[in-house]
Amino acid sequence: MTEAFRQTGIRAGRLGPDDLARNFSDLHAAYDRHEATVAADRCYFCHDAPCITACPTDIDIPLFIRQIQAGQPEAAAQTIFDQNILGGMCARVCPTETLCEQACVREAAEGKPVEIGRLQRYATDSMMAAGEHPYTRAPATGRKVAIVGAGPAGLACAHRLAMHGHDVVVFDARPKPGGLNEYGIAAYKTPNGFAQAEVDWLLKIGGITLQHDRALGRDLTLEELRHDHDAVFLGMGLGGVGALGLEAEDLTGCENAVDFIATLRQTEDLTTLPVGRHIVVIGGGMTAVDAAVQSKLLGAQSVTIAYRRAQDRMPASRYEQDLAATHGVQILTHVVPVALHGEGALREVELAYVDADMTQTGETIRLAADQLFRAIGQKLETVEGLAIEGGKIAVTGAGRTSVEGVWAGGDCAAGGEDLTVTAVAQGRDAAEDIHAMLTGAG
Amino acid sequence: MADLTTDFVGIKSPNPFWLASAPPTDKEYNVRRAFEAGWGGVVWKTLGAEGPPVVNVNGPRYGAVYGADRRLLGLNNIELITDRPLEVNLREIKQVKRDYPDRAMVVSIMVPCEEEAWKAILPHVEETGADGIELNFGCPHGMSERGMGSAVGQVPEYIEMVTRWCKMYTRMPVIVKLTPNITDIRKPAAAAKRGGADAVSLINTINSITHVDLDIFAPEPTIDGKGSHGGYCGPAVKPIALSMVSEIARDPETHGLPISGIGGVTTWRDAAEFMALGAGNVQVCTAAMTYGFGIVKELKAGLSRYLDEKAMALPDLVGRAVPNVTDWQHLNLEYVTKARIDQDACIKCGRCYAACEDTSHQAISMSADRTFEVIDAECVACNLCVDVCPVEDCITMERLAPGTVDPRTGKTVQAEPADWTTHPNNPSSPNYVPDGQTRMVEEPAE
Repeated sequence: MTEAFRQTGIRAGRLGPDDLARNFSDLHAAYDRHEATVAADRCYFCHDAPCITACPTDIDIPLFIRQIQAGQPEAAAQTIFDQNILGGMCARVCPTETLCEQACVREAAEGKPVEIGRLQRYATDSMMAAGEHPYTRAPATGRKVAIVGAGPAGLACAHRLAMHGHDVVVFDARPKPGGLNEYGIAAYKTPNGFAQAEVDWLLKIGGITLQHDRALGRDLTLEELRHDHDAVFLGMGLGGVGALGLEAEDLTGCENAVDFIATLRQTEDLTTLPVGRHIVVIGGGMTAVDAAVQSKLLGAQSVTIAYRRAQDRMPASRYEQDLAATHGVQILTHVVPVALHGEGALREVELAYVDADMTQTGETIRLAADQLFRAIGQKLETVEGLAIEGGKIAVTGAGRTSVEGVWAGGDCAAGGEDLTVTAVAQGRDAAEDIHAMLTGAG
Repeated sequence: MADLTTDFVGIKSPNPFWLASAPPTDKEYNVRRAFEAGWGGVVWKTLGAEGPPVVNVNGPRYGAVYGADRRLLGLNNIELITDRPLEVNLREIKQVKRDYPDRAMVVSIMVPCEEEAWKAILPHVEETGADGIELNFGCPHGMSERGMGSAVGQVPEYIEMVTRWCKMYTRMPVIVKLTPNITDIRKPAAAAKRGGADAVSLINTINSITHVDLDIFAPEPTIDGKGSHGGYCGPAVKPIALSMVSEIARDPETHGLPISGIGGVTTWRDAAEFMALGAGNVQVCTAAMTYGFGIVKELKAGLSRYLDEKAMALPDLVGRAVPNVTDWQHLNLEYVTKARIDQDACIKCGRCYAACEDTSHQAISMSADRTFEVIDAECVACNLCVDVCPVEDCITMERLAPGTVDPRTGKTVQAEPADWTTHPNNPSSPNYVPDGQTRMVEEPAE
């Protein structure tokens, strides 16, 4: 704690470098070899294992755990990467408690699943630390594919296409690749530059060219991409954050949670990153939790997540909710923001209590806030000519859009949960479909 | 508290837990610590003849086999008999026995297979006040290359001969320690009995290589790039030891010969199992080497509690399971069971299904929602599903009551036991039917 800790307003240096380093270190420590062996030994090697079914990328989990047991984490890693080339990041950010670990029979038996996520990290880290990239390219096909977005969907698609011998160009609006892995996930889930290291490792396959600061709709058009390439995959995620629709939303301190997280992720020295003393986060998803917890870890005194429905309706997983609670974040439910108060800078957020049907009860509450983060969901930035379904790009099959030769996957495409692992699966599957199409097998 | 005092071939000890002849009993210091911890007795590590003592390797002596969480399941060693001078050991034995007169002090001996060698050492041992001797005919490594240890234990005539010499030259009870590295344990046991042995102890360690180093291609433990087979012991060998003990206990030729049970005794339960199969006491080594002497507290308290729960005295336990060890041909073929899965306890892992479907009789069905059920018409009651199920008592074997029809065979289960000796497929049976096999399958139920 520093002198700045008790000062109001948005200030840097609320905590000293040691506290910050501790707060933003790995959320889950990596297993050492013995821990991994003990954890792996708990796996029953189930027949037709439910964990595989629960994994959006269908990783053969019992097999990779058995390979860890047998002392070959690198072989385990290959089992993982065969299905999910971003298995290292997924091991860190997957909500395993609602996916593989929820399906684990030991969860049913004793409430303690095999720690699949941590085992996956042990395996993938082992191979990446050894610098081994186990895939090589098929003979060049001479086909060119454009990918928009160097996030999980785009990278998974690019890797699989490159493996099949196609040349891939990945365009990304940001200066660095990785998408949400680099800009959108809490720092303590992927510390020590893992997101970039993973991209570097993935690109070892060869045949993938990255073009930064190239955004669709700003620097590129879909028509150009289609003209210059044999196929196009769109994986640019979602863009704009909706406003709360309140007056005075331009007060200093009102920000988008995704922007706050992106800035945090790109800040080398967290003692220089300003944060409010009192913070209100509007929303109830993973982004809301990531913004709230990280605010607290930066030294905010009070942080409240304000969510309009009951807590069990929050899109953030139970695990994430508990994570917020254990970090001292207050979760206030059945409230919507109705007014922002302050002169130039935000001072208070006024919230109204609502019923299940969103009718205001008449009761309101005012929370001190010098910073407010909107985490109420992002919207697709529309692309000319593509059919839209539920606010996202409509797709059929393995990500085929309404436009011939154009595929889409990840958060920008309709269908599936907005998870890293889902994006990887969609990118991979679209790549296989594109490959089949390009080679005449489709 | 049950009375654990034991009289084994006249050797009294406050409990039936002795430390086996091995590194833990090589020196006065260790043995005093053992007695302070509460061990009932020790078999002092094997003494050799007078003269320059043996030498041991100066690299690793032990290799291990692990289960989950590095739990030690098996240990092997290439250590030889004591490498300390005979007179030092004798002096220490005498001092310790003097200070702990209530504990059993048995001395293990291994000298060349010559009458003079045995005749020479026995008076020295007797002079220490030791309660008995154990003849090491079991050590499978090193000493066997010099015609001692298991080299003697593998030749029943030698066992008989040396045992006779010992009985001739000492008044002390003679326990003959047997090697399991033979094909039929009853032969050396019978030889010991003919030679006049007061008891046998078994098993000694089993020839083994714990691992192969796959970088240098050498067995472990590795000494400068080479390895030699060692003697295997610990929990992994217990089933082998139990079977051998039971063979001696039930064979008419050796029945009644006192047995000191050895081989993987780790908890009171292991000890009770050895005793139920005929051992009058047990000897422990690997468990003590893994966890220290303190384990004897659990052994004593556990056995005592068990005896109290069963309202049994210790002598009542000894041999109690022996009548139930029989030949396969006498097993009741009318004892028909079927696996039953407790759906409430089932965690839906599917291991029973995989085991049965892939490797057994396709007698478990799996539904789309992962419900696993036994198909009685296919279940042969092999027990594999019970064995691989991770949940205790989730799958059980339940007997079909006499009078019910076994849907697998179509035959009615008979109340009267019937075994192979009377089976129509058995050519030696009075009921033999030459084409019995065909009839067995096709004959419909009554």
